[in-house]
Amino acid sequence: MPVITADGLYKVFGRRPERGVEALRQGRSRADLREDGLTAAVIDASFEVEPGEIFVVMGLSGSGKSTLIRMVNGLLPATAGELRIADRALTSMKPAEVREVRRKRISMVFQHFALLPHRTVGENAAYGLEIAGVNRAEREKRANEALAMVDLEGWGSYPPSALSGGMQQRVGLARALAAGTDVMLMDEAFSALDPLIRRDMQDQLVELQQRLEKTILFITHDLNEAMRIGDRIAMMRDGRIVQVGTSEEILNEPANDYVSRFIQDVDRSRVLTASGVMEQPPAVLGAGQGPRAAHKLLRETQNPWLVVLRRDRTPAGVLWEEDVARAVREQTEDLPWSAEHEMPVVRHDAPIADLFAASARHLSPLVVVDDEGRFAGVIPRVTLLTAAGALGGEQDAVTTITGGTPVLDTTGGETR
Amino acid sequence: MNGTDEFFLRIPLGDWVDQGLDWLKANVEWLFDAFSWIILLLVDNLTDALLFLPPLAMIAIFAAIGWLVRSWPFAIGSALLFFLALTFDVWEPMMQTMAQVLIAAAIAVLIAVPLGILAAMNSTVSALIRPVLDFMQTMPAFVYLIPTVVLFGIGLVPGMVSTVIFSMPPGVRMTELGIRQVDSETVEAGESFGATPGQILRGIQLPLAVPTIMAGINQVIMLALSMAVVGGIAGAPGLGQEVVQAITSLNVPMGVEAGVGVVLLAVYLDRLTAALGDKHARNTSLLTLLTKARAQRATAFA
Repeated sequence: MPVITADGLYKVFGRRPERGVEALRQGRSRADLREDGLTAAVIDASFEVEPGEIFVVMGLSGSGKSTLIRMVNGLLPATAGELRIADRALTSMKPAEVREVRRKRISMVFQHFALLPHRTVGENAAYGLEIAGVNRAEREKRANEALAMVDLEGWGSYPPSALSGGMQQRVGLARALAAGTDVMLMDEAFSALDPLIRRDMQDQLVELQQRLEKTILFITHDLNEAMRIGDRIAMMRDGRIVQVGTSEEILNEPANDYVSRFIQDVDRSRVLTASGVMEQPPAVLGAGQGPRAAHKLLRETQNPWLVVLRRDRTPAGVLWEEDVARAVREQTEDLPWSAEHEMPVVRHDAPIADLFAASARHLSPLVVVDDEGRFAGVIPRVTLLTAAGALGGEQDAVTTITGGTPVLDTTGGETR
Repeated sequence: MNGTDEFFLRIPLGDWVDQGLDWLKANVEWLFDAFSWIILLLVDNLTDALLFLPPLAMIAIFAAIGWLVRSWPFAIGSALLFFLALTFDVWEPMMQTMAQVLIAAAIAVLIAVPLGILAAMNSTVSALIRPVLDFMQTMPAFVYLIPTVVLFGIGLVPGMVSTVIFSMPPGVRMTELGIRQVDSETVEAGESFGATPGQILRGIQLPLAVPTIMAGINQVIMLALSMAVVGGIAGAPGLGQEVVQAITSLNVPMGVEAGVGVVLLAVYLDRLTAALGDKHARNTSLLTLLTKARAQRATAFA
């Protein structure tokens, strides 16, 4: 069952916001509402977040993402629609029940850290537990554990102002972790940090999430960040969710022009993984077969190489046409492995940016394996280059000559 | 139209207030008597306490308090200030005025801070209170003396009541401002961890508003002091009475000495209360040093 379910959520600000919801349902636009003095922040948002998932809501400022995340823990009540935490509808709870849900199930990390400046780092980390009525000894213990998780052991007695921005946000993270909730909301949590620290924090978050199996709803305006950490991404624009999908789905099948314009700037070679570009070879050979069988397959498939798999489907190596032909001529029984035709093996989740070097060093295609080391597919060099070419859209830089005079595209620079 | 001609419409606001006062006097006089009794009790006791020790001992105590909350240079300065007042021979009226100012300011703060909190929590309350505060602050302070003398009689109390009314507004305003300017994300942080409005007020908003509230309290005390002379007109003993006497008898030396006494008292109370709200001003105070030493001992053991 999903941990967070949003079902047709609306948030309209202004006097008598219900009329705004009614107008939106009848197809009137956000601009129409503004003339009536209403601001539609979130319009008909529906999504589900599964347990243990990092779900990223991505959008520019004013797209309603911050409003949306505040509806998930009830900081902002929904104007219409339903929000459920597990099977309980937050939208129809009494204030005391909502507070109970916040104490037990949902914690939050803020863009500008929102630490309490008059309390020490340790007291900040223990804040959620203090509110939940946990006794002092227990909450100090758990706060220290949480601080250790974010590499801040020994900082407990300092005031937050003595810490750098990155460290302060780790206190914010520790405060959310110490609360022991299974859901964490992160509102542009890393946006105020400088790029290097942001990357470290992203890695640390993914690592913590894998270890603790928290469900994380993450808000960001940075698509690269969304693609780096998100299992699934919801793209928001003008209050509406325009697409929900994995980063590859969004890159490969953008739902509309807005999304496709957005993903133009993404470094796709960091997002697309080996499994996204790999292909299935026309045939594979069992490791128990001999050179003749290999020769037959090569001839049938018109392919210069052949992947050999062991009985457990782990790759044993790649055979090349000329080696196989020689082995058949010399009537040897063993498969003809050769040192210069060694086989590069990559994991299915390796970003393709990391594949180019290996592909350049080896003649043979890259062999992709899954988590258990079993064969998943191959990436011949041409496939990799084609995929890389489709990513960048750099046609303007190249003039294709079909014979005769080259036609130089002089406007190319300006039109982009 | 001639200015002395009567306009066709005359709203007898003054008469209404007068009738209202008569009604109050006739029906709830016991309330004013009780109020009077409490104020007199507080002020008389505090005055007696301030005059109990010989002036030099009191000067030492004032200097010690100055060191405790601000710094040792301030302690020396305040000792000099009070010594100066002693040489002017205005010690007794000065202590009387100090007692009145402190009690009036305390009452004003006790009313102002809760009102300020209420105004910060509720915009309707805030909108209702604001014009009332403007009225209280801009009405010439002497005007308060008339109804208060009617209700409480000549003496200390009407001056005290006028002082409370006149000095309260900045306390309310600064409390409201202090709470409202607490970073909204920090308040959200409290909410997002399931804190109740009361927990947020006590644990986040009030502690973070303390500097602003203290600045408000400082203003309350200063305004209360500025009312000392007004209290003197209604018959309250103290520096105000000295000033009033000096005016009626055109006694320049008496007037100057009493006036400077008010200034000296103002300087001391202002610097003292300002230090309570400003961390940097009390960097070298005895209190800060003691807290630091204790914190160091605690971390040394940990």
